[in-house]
Amino acid sequence: MSQSTSKGFSRREFLRGSSAAAAASSVASTAIGQDTAVAPQVVTGETSITLKINGESKTAKVEPRTTLLDMLRYQFDLTAAKPVSADGSSGASTVLVDGRPVMASSTLALSVAGKEITTCESLVDDEVPRAFVEHDAQQCGFCTPGFVVAVRAFLNQHPDATEEQILAGLNGNICRCGTYANVLQAVVSLVKGEQNG
Amino acid sequence: MAEVQYSWPENHKTRLLGKRVNRLDGMVKSAGTAKYTYDINLPNQLIVHALGCPHAHCRVLSVDTSAAEKVPGVVLVKHIKAPKAGEDPVEIEADGTLLVAVAAESEAAAAEGVAKLKVEYELLEPFTADDDLEAAEAKDRTRPRGGGISLDEALGEPGDDEDIEEWEEKQIEKLFADADYVVEGDYGIDAITHCCLEPHGTTLHWEGDRLKAHLSTQNVSGTDDGFAGALNLTADDVDVHCDYIGGGFGSKFQPNYWGIAAAEIAKATGRPVKFMLNREQELKVAGNRPSGFVHVKLGADESGVVQIWDSHHWGTSGFNGSTVSVNSVPYVFVPKNYRRKATGIATNNEPSVAWRAPNHPQACALTQTAYDDLAAKMQADSLDIFLRNLENIDSPEKAPLYAEQLRIAADLINWQRHWHPHGKSPRKGSVVEGLGIAIHTWGGAANDSDCRLRIHPDGGVESYCGTQDLGTGTRTVCAMVLAETLGLPVEAVKVNIGSSTFPFSGASGGSTTVGAVSESHRRAAQDALAQIFELVAKKLEVPADQLEAAGGKISVVGYSDKELTWKQACSLIGIKPLEVNSSYKRQQQGRTTNLSSSNVGGCQMAHVAVDTDTGLVKIKRMVAVQNVGLIINRKTAESQVYGALIMSIAGALFEHRINDPKTGVFVNSQMDSYRLPRLGDIGELIVHLHEPESERARGVIGLGEPPVISGCAAISNAVCNATGVRVPTLPFTPKRVLDAMRTAKG
Ligand code: FES
Repeated sequence: MSQSTSKGFSRREFLRGSSAAAAASSVASTAIGQDTAVAPQVVTGETSITLKINGESKTAKVEPRTTLLDMLRYQFDLTAAKPVSADGSSGASTVLVDGRPVMASSTLALSVAGKEITTCESLVDDEVPRAFVEHDAQQCGFCTPGFVVAVRAFLNQHPDATEEQILAGLNGNICRCGTYANVLQAVVSLVKGEQNG
Repeated sequence: MAEVQYSWPENHKTRLLGKRVNRLDGMVKSAGTAKYTYDINLPNQLIVHALGCPHAHCRVLSVDTSAAEKVPGVVLVKHIKAPKAGEDPVEIEADGTLLVAVAAESEAAAAEGVAKLKVEYELLEPFTADDDLEAAEAKDRTRPRGGGISLDEALGEPGDDEDIEEWEEKQIEKLFADADYVVEGDYGIDAITHCCLEPHGTTLHWEGDRLKAHLSTQNVSGTDDGFAGALNLTADDVDVHCDYIGGGFGSKFQPNYWGIAAAEIAKATGRPVKFMLNREQELKVAGNRPSGFVHVKLGADESGVVQIWDSHHWGTSGFNGSTVSVNSVPYVFVPKNYRRKATGIATNNEPSVAWRAPNHPQACALTQTAYDDLAAKMQADSLDIFLRNLENIDSPEKAPLYAEQLRIAADLINWQRHWHPHGKSPRKGSVVEGLGIAIHTWGGAANDSDCRLRIHPDGGVESYCGTQDLGTGTRTVCAMVLAETLGLPVEAVKVNIGSSTFPFSGASGGSTTVGAVSESHRRAAQDALAQIFELVAKKLEVPADQLEAAGGKISVVGYSDKELTWKQACSLIGIKPLEVNSSYKRQQQGRTTNLSSSNVGGCQMAHVAVDTDTGLVKIKRMVAVQNVGLIINRKTAESQVYGALIMSIAGALFEHRINDPKTGVFVNSQMDSYRLPRLGDIGELIVHLHEPESERARGVIGLGEPPVISGCAAISNAVCNATGVRVPTLPFTPKRVLDAMRTAKG
């Protein structure tokens, strides 16, 4: 038996932008701001977008295939959001876009042009990471920033969550080290308004 | 100066040891500013992606890299395991094996380059049926992995003219004939993968002929050798650095072949390189734990004490064809008479590497399930059967410890109230409940560790040690030990770890790190303090042996007015800092010292609910009782046990490698399909650190492995207690539970 094959379907390949094929209907280096969704546009090649990251206005150069995660990590060295699963099923790349949690690994950078991004780094003085420290809700810590952002978003929606709601509402994040019991304690303490640290 | 006697302060004199201290790196981790290997961005770095072999078994005939090389942004294409032009075809025996690497300016360009590689494969027949001994034999995939017979001396000896094997066979037959209860069963536990959330990989660069590697490793002091050996350098030409590591669990001891490839690409391009595996590769090639399946027959006397054990187990460690160590089955319980045999099966999977408590979780799940089935057969209380069988265990001196732990755990899980004979659970609709037990053992002796401690004339304290913090809290333990010894707050000491340029400290494997760093840091601090006491003694004109360090002061015991602040004391050092180097070597100082020792036991109990309509198993409560010697940081110690319980739930109910029976491909190698428990899946977890004064006196013992061992067996037993049916193979997916119940109904 003999068979010739190359690596299979890849989402990034599917959305490719920088290759020779991009030449045709290109609108290269267009500045894209708000309301890009209003009219259909064809975008290829590198494009500038402006957006707000952690309260500051920023310009980024992205291709149509660039994920929000790669943009944050490589252009702004904001590495709190982690690359664990491209499809977002681990929750490790959770950031807030206009206050709502999204998986940066499965969000294209172009789609957040003009929006406001909040990454874990900006929560350094927030009560959520403090509660995580107090309840030791991190071991290796690789899942932790994603969890912290998810908890922040959850508590914004459910400031008085019951334990049942917490158990049902924070299942988007995977922790391999097994910090869930500690995360649960941290979130319960936040709902109760306990002083953490 | 009198020779320093290394020891721990008495319990009532400690200020920090055994207390609940927040981990020092908690905030940088929680706020996302901790930089892991993946997060280190070096100026002008290249990103490397690799093509993983899509076939479980094949020959790679050729690779056409021309299209990949033309992709904008691609800088270099490098063969890893694939043959170069003109080379012979290469046989690949595991799905995911890295064939060709593409170095590019961005993640996206590297991915596009990989997608453009054209590879010619010749497919070979795969074999991945690790549970099927007959099929493996038919395909010549079995490898003998030892075995033996041990019979009680009381049975006598064969006569001179008797054949030993026949005689032994006869004794075993007779033991079974004499047994009041005989249980015969099949049990198994699938292979799982380490699935570190930070995949394996490195971000590195060359400075002339020196290699500087950020490596996601649990072996900072040892991986410089790994790079050096493969790259024809000496270890002093390589600096390995790792401040934070996103999970290792036994799989990150080496630079691995992709790490070496990264160094070669960096050399060839003259640019820094980041080469991290993708998720699929992380699961397929970066680490897995062997599977184990057993057929066992045991015979017990009328009180339920097992008198004869006869087992054959098999499974796979990948294409090298090993399985769970023959010596680990039966586990903890060792009847007076036993026969055991192990067979490895060579499957088309990447070879296994160490996984938290190598062999133990599987051995426990292959043994203590059978013991529980004995209880089921007798319709006896499992707790009684476990207690009675403590008369035959591998470390008989630990029997009272286990008995005590079982009693404590039974209280915490409310055994009396919830226990019922197997299969006799009251039903709430379609839901039944049950309880299960298992017990475990582990060594946990300290690894080698050196420490350099510097005390500055201005009172500053800094330590250097080539250890690493896997998330177990090592950094904080080092600081606590130094601070306790010098009478300072934890914040007053600056701990430096995570670099191979620091004094050697052993790899973090086998629960050896907390003992190791406690040894080296306590020794260094006691040595330094003795020198400072000499200076202070002269100044205050008192004997040095009447001084103590506490509360940021050096004072004369019993004289509150005769004291120097820590700063004043340090100003006596002179202009140069005081530097002390300590060394603990297991070979020289022994496995048992005043500071550390080994050999712990523990027990776990599970309370589960099983929906007999859907096959869904839910954890209601799990209890872990664990002895652990002297605890340094209670907070992180408890976290270790919580995490271990959750890992046991993962192995018992969720995770396993699934190979497609036809192609052999590992089909669930993504986070959405390689299932792990989530926050809502864990139930109530209770951790009890068992620490009578006699335990504390034994010094520090490692805690990483022991609590991860017996949970799977306990959950299996609880499901059997609930349903009256033994689900043979872990993890218990709903389908497996339903299948087992259907088979039992006949
Ligand atoms: S702390 Fe390691 S993955 Fe969550």
